[in-house]
Amino acid sequence: MSFLDKIGFTKLKEGLSRTKGGLIDKVSRLINSKAKIDDEFLSELEEIFLLSDMGFDTSEKIISNIKERAKTDKYENEKELNKLVTDEIKKVFSESASEFKTFDFNITKKPYVIMIVGVNGVGKTTSIGKLAYNFKKTGKTVLIGSADTFRAAANEQLEIWANKAGVEIIQNPHSTDPAAVAFDTVKAAVSRNTDVVIVDTAGRLHNKLHLMEELKKIQRVMQKVIPDIPNEIFIVIDATTGQNGLNQVKEFSNALGKVTGIILTKLDGTAKGGIVIKINNEMKIPVRFIGVGEQIDDLQIFESEEFIKALFEK
Amino acid sequence: MFEDLTHKFEGVLKKIRGQGKITEKNIDESLREVRRVLFDADVNYKVVNNFIQNVKAKSLGEQVLTSVTPGQLIVKIINDELISLMGSEKADLLFSDDIPSVIILVGLQGSGKTTFAAKLARHLKTKGRNPALAACDIYRPAAIEQLKVLGKSIDIPVFSIEGERDAVKISNQAVDFARKNARDTLIIDTAGRLAIDEQMMNEVSAIKKATGPAEILFIVDSMTGQDAVNTAKAFYDKLKYTGIVLTKLDGDTKGGAAISIKSIVNEPIKFASIGEKLEAIEPFYPERMVSRILGMGDIVSFVEKAQTEFDMTETAKLEEKLRKNKFDFDDFLAQIKQVKKMGSISSLVSMLPGASAALKGKEIDEKIFVRLEAIILSMTKKERANPDILNGTRRRRIADGSGTSIQEVNKLIKQFDDMRKMMKGFNRGKMKNLLKSLKMNPGMMNQFK
Repeated sequence: MSFLDKIGFTKLKEGLSRTKGGLIDKVSRLINSKAKIDDEFLSELEEIFLLSDMGFDTSEKIISNIKERAKTDKYENEKELNKLVTDEIKKVFSESASEFKTFDFNITKKPYVIMIVGVNGVGKTTSIGKLAYNFKKTGKTVLIGSADTFRAAANEQLEIWANKAGVEIIQNPHSTDPAAVAFDTVKAAVSRNTDVVIVDTAGRLHNKLHLMEELKKIQRVMQKVIPDIPNEIFIVIDATTGQNGLNQVKEFSNALGKVTGIILTKLDGTAKGGIVIKINNEMKIPVRFIGVGEQIDDLQIFESEEFIKALFEK
Repeated sequence: MFEDLTHKFEGVLKKIRGQGKITEKNIDESLREVRRVLFDADVNYKVVNNFIQNVKAKSLGEQVLTSVTPGQLIVKIINDELISLMGSEKADLLFSDDIPSVIILVGLQGSGKTTFAAKLARHLKTKGRNPALAACDIYRPAAIEQLKVLGKSIDIPVFSIEGERDAVKISNQAVDFARKNARDTLIIDTAGRLAIDEQMMNEVSAIKKATGPAEILFIVDSMTGQDAVNTAKAFYDKLKYTGIVLTKLDGDTKGGAAISIKSIVNEPIKFASIGEKLEAIEPFYPERMVSRILGMGDIVSFVEKAQTEFDMTETAKLEEKLRKNKFDFDDFLAQIKQVKKMGSISSLVSMLPGASAALKGKEIDEKIFVRLEAIILSMTKKERANPDILNGTRRRRIADGSGTSIQEVNKLIKQFDDMRKMMKGFNRGKMKNLLKSLKMNPGMMNQFK
């Protein structure tokens, strides 16, 4: 909770309420209009689940669990029915999520190297700006590595964010080798005694073999400076993403050997981001941060308990 | 997945054969699989449910003829229904007689507007038009810079006003700029915005009013999930856009969002954006999208490609050899050369039914044919004509000569043997079955009419 206090819990709720007609609202409304689990109820529940992008299998799983429980557990009133349903949703989402502690900004390793990956247009660069700002706020020194050497003006965009966050950046406008930039960044961080390194990478579709090879190379080359980095590999997922989100996490994770967390962006729109429930359920990878706007303080730490509470309860 | 789907139907519907009719009872279970396929492809919830109702209504009571299996019949109904949902019209870009004719690009953040703006400009230039670009994304850091860099790389002027905070003003002046510089088309790149952001939606509305566009294109990421419908509708209600562009289709997403959007907004999908390079832009083919969603590959494109690139007399010769089972390494080499002419291997494989499922979205090593060729070219003429004489010593020599390893040589020879075995199988009547199943693919049949 420590970090949430800093950014203000109201901001989280505010962000979530902006996901209009949030899942929990809908479920609650549904439960209030009915007080028994019948076919009609279940089919409406299915609609809510599927529209959230959690996917057919995840939805089926939750619904069949609810059916099973309804056979044995007695529910006397709306409140109990509400609890039964939200319990089952929570279970699928959090039986894995609860294994992870909330992201701790009190990192111990130095430099703590974070690599940011994802497909094109999900909001990697923006998230890095916000992340750097948050680390800075907790008193850490931050160095950003601009290893997107492909997209036009990516350097400039990241530089503007670095300035906003008030942190330093390593870039080489003349280099077309992202691995070299990443290497230079980690080297510089070691000699400057920097706390946190955040490495930006170009957006790439996960089925492009040569681009995934390039990503592996960035990782390998950084490891020449410090063997066990990156300490974190965060994949950025756009909340509007459909079922392809799972493939994205799988392929990036296969290529790099691990993905340690998800940054879920664009939750300020109408999309629910339910795909992370499916990802969480199948891959056991925690959501670390959520993006709820274009301002530098629009990144929030993902607190699974609080998130589920805000999402599934009135 | 298509074969998978057909296969699932075959299992479920086996019992129907005796009854000769599709009934409510025996169809429900199989339609559940169809639902799953459509949801996995991100088709919208409401669209899926309507669709299932329609397919059910059309299938019920349908006579199952002895020549086709019930599974094939239902798959055909599904395929036809999906194609009718996608719409079959192919629509060109709209231009006005004004100088310049204005095209505005709109969409959510990260949908690919700026990249597409450059692709479209380049595309129009190759079609003989004389386009200019206008940078009206004043919000995203360095967005204007990005468009300038892209414009420069394709030698197309980009209009922008340094430090200007009024996008409408920029768009207005861009029109003047185009007129003065004899640019007949102006492509306006706008900032990404959320459909629920009223202020931002009003801004783009004002740009429309100020520039009087002949075309407004709604740019949408093909990986979008259920929300595609909401966004497409909100943008349409506000702007009445005239066309849709599907981006990032070179990924492994099924792209069901295309169907969802078409079901709610009756405007044509005008382009597909399919890669990182600025040439990677294509017209949109609805029937190919349906194949993609059902996972049956883009056989039509494959056949078209093969028809234009394959040397027909070579192919006839090859057929003859296959029939007589005299296929050797020289033929294999000729085959490789033909296939290489058709384009990158991954683009070809992606068109084949079932291939995407088998590859699970992975790309193929494009250099593999180069190595295969090297190995075959290191064989003597005698070896190529008589593969059976390839003993250990010969294999070692071939590996050294081609700069490959003995394992690779062994692998190729094994593959070659497998291929010959498979062809023997084809000769024994499997070919007939293959052709029969191809005939069941209605999209393909249309191409041959």
